[in-house]
Amino acid sequence: MNRLLKNKMYYLMLFPVIAWFIVFKYVPMYGVIIAFKDFNIMDGILKSAWADPWYGHFEVFFKSPYFSQLLGNTLIISLYKIVLGTIPSIILAILLYESRTTWLKRWVQTLSYMPHFLSWVIVFGIALAFFSETNGLANRWITEGGGTAIPFLNSTEWFRTMLVSTDIWKDLGWGAIVYLAAMSGIDASLYEAARIDGASRLRCIWHITLPGISTVVMLLLILKVGSVMDAGFDQIFIFYNVRVYSVGDIIDTWVYRTGLEQLNFSLAAAVGLFKSVIGMILVILTNQLSKKFGGGGIW
Amino acid sequence: MVTMRGERTFSVVVNLILIIVGIISIFPILYVVSMSLTPYGEVVKNGGFLIIPRAISFDAYIHLLKGNELPRAMGVSVFLAVIGTAISLLLNLLGAFPLSRKDLQGRTVFLFLIVFTMLFGGGMIPTYLLVKSLGMLDTVWAMIIPGAVATFNLLIMKTFFEGLPEELFEAARIDGAGELKVLVTLVIPLSLPSMLTIGLFYMVGYWNSFFAALYYVTNPNLYPLQIVLRKMLMMSTSLESVMEQTLPTPTLQMAAVVLASAPMLIIYPFIQKHFTKGMLIGAIKG
Repeated sequence: MNRLLKNKMYYLMLFPVIAWFIVFKYVPMYGVIIAFKDFNIMDGILKSAWADPWYGHFEVFFKSPYFSQLLGNTLIISLYKIVLGTIPSIILAILLYESRTTWLKRWVQTLSYMPHFLSWVIVFGIALAFFSETNGLANRWITEGGGTAIPFLNSTEWFRTMLVSTDIWKDLGWGAIVYLAAMSGIDASLYEAARIDGASRLRCIWHITLPGISTVVMLLLILKVGSVMDAGFDQIFIFYNVRVYSVGDIIDTWVYRTGLEQLNFSLAAAVGLFKSVIGMILVILTNQLSKKFGGGGIW
Repeated sequence: MVTMRGERTFSVVVNLILIIVGIISIFPILYVVSMSLTPYGEVVKNGGFLIIPRAISFDAYIHLLKGNELPRAMGVSVFLAVIGTAISLLLNLLGAFPLSRKDLQGRTVFLFLIVFTMLFGGGMIPTYLLVKSLGMLDTVWAMIIPGAVATFNLLIMKTFFEGLPEELFEAARIDGAGELKVLVTLVIPLSLPSMLTIGLFYMVGYWNSFFAALYYVTNPNLYPLQIVLRKMLMMSTSLESVMEQTLPTPTLQMAAVVLASAPMLIIYPFIQKHFTKGMLIGAIKG
């Protein structure tokens, strides 16, 4: 009791934050019950009638043709980004670590972190400058070379490539930071010993640097798999349009259109809940996995 | 001797690739700046934009800044960035400090309450209904309060505070300082780099905020910059022909892109050295 009193200042400080979490995180969790109701905005969450059957909205979604398309797009785009996004960042980190030219290293770090701070709308603007069908630099080169312009941003063949490549561009340097941090933790005497034994720098990378960061790489990969259901809603929403729905529409973008544009709240909430639950299961599973691999997990 | 030459080649290749990465990172931004500065006549004459414009004109910027829409949207974004960052940092600080104290009763309960929200959330629709029922729709607060705390930032800051030397706190306590005084006179000055880092993260978030406005705001007077920019980028061809009489659409669009990215790109180098430090703390522990 005495300690509680002594700590009352702490609780006073905590109050606004905890209140914020309860209102803005836990109240929406309670709000998911509209996924099991025929929500009517006039009646509110409590008074709206229960759906019949209670899983009705889920059934509609699972039986609709959207289901496989949305789930497929979400997983494919996510996995592309995870695989193709991780490797360049690791390579950049190794190069930065290996470079002995300090000023160059600093400059490249500054420049390559920069795109991370640009919004997706701005990156979309930049993508237009390069890939728009009419004015894009790439298409001007293609047409000047005698080819026909390619609708990079509006065609189903190119859309995912655009998503993945702009994603890599934006976070290439930023992603390297963690790997660099991991490398700085490697015991320097390992390198010295290997050098004395006559190992080339390439061999040092292969036998010391890569194994040295392998747990971090593993941990990050596993964590990314945990958020595989997200696929990068922000980017896709800003980049996509009706013409590329078949390859670019993911669960989140569909939830937005169904819920907030067509005001079909219950169905959208049901799909959103489906996504959250799968996501949660994946995070927990992958966390267990990472503990097994010795990565420690996040909790 | 052979290895020496091999070493040199290795270094040259490493640096060469690094230079290429640097160029790839900055070139798109430079090209966009160049487009925004190219006068219309030059575009017609050369059949397109060049990487280094042959002539420079600020007409697009003048046109945009003289209009109503963009300056107003910038005002909204500045408001969000300043007030929002202040609110977020304050909440972050008030949350992270007590949570970093090991002697806080109920600490694990609070932490669980917070960490659990990283695992599961109500999702877009229930959150929208909440904001609506709080009467925040179509206010600037809808773009600040519902996203005011980033759980990850809170945890990074808590970890940082945990690393502060315990003796300092004991010394302060012997001097009779209360918790609030410890926070203001000890913790804040000691953790300025990490506060700057997290403040920058919040500020970037607010300046770049798009979705909060998309969900919760329908009044065009309250649109932040990113919403207006996106609208400009999606401008239909019919609009294009009207505008083309004065300035080509791409020039205007890219000028808007530059205006929207400039503040972040200007602030960023000044804080970069802090955030690399701050990120490393978060990355290693988190």
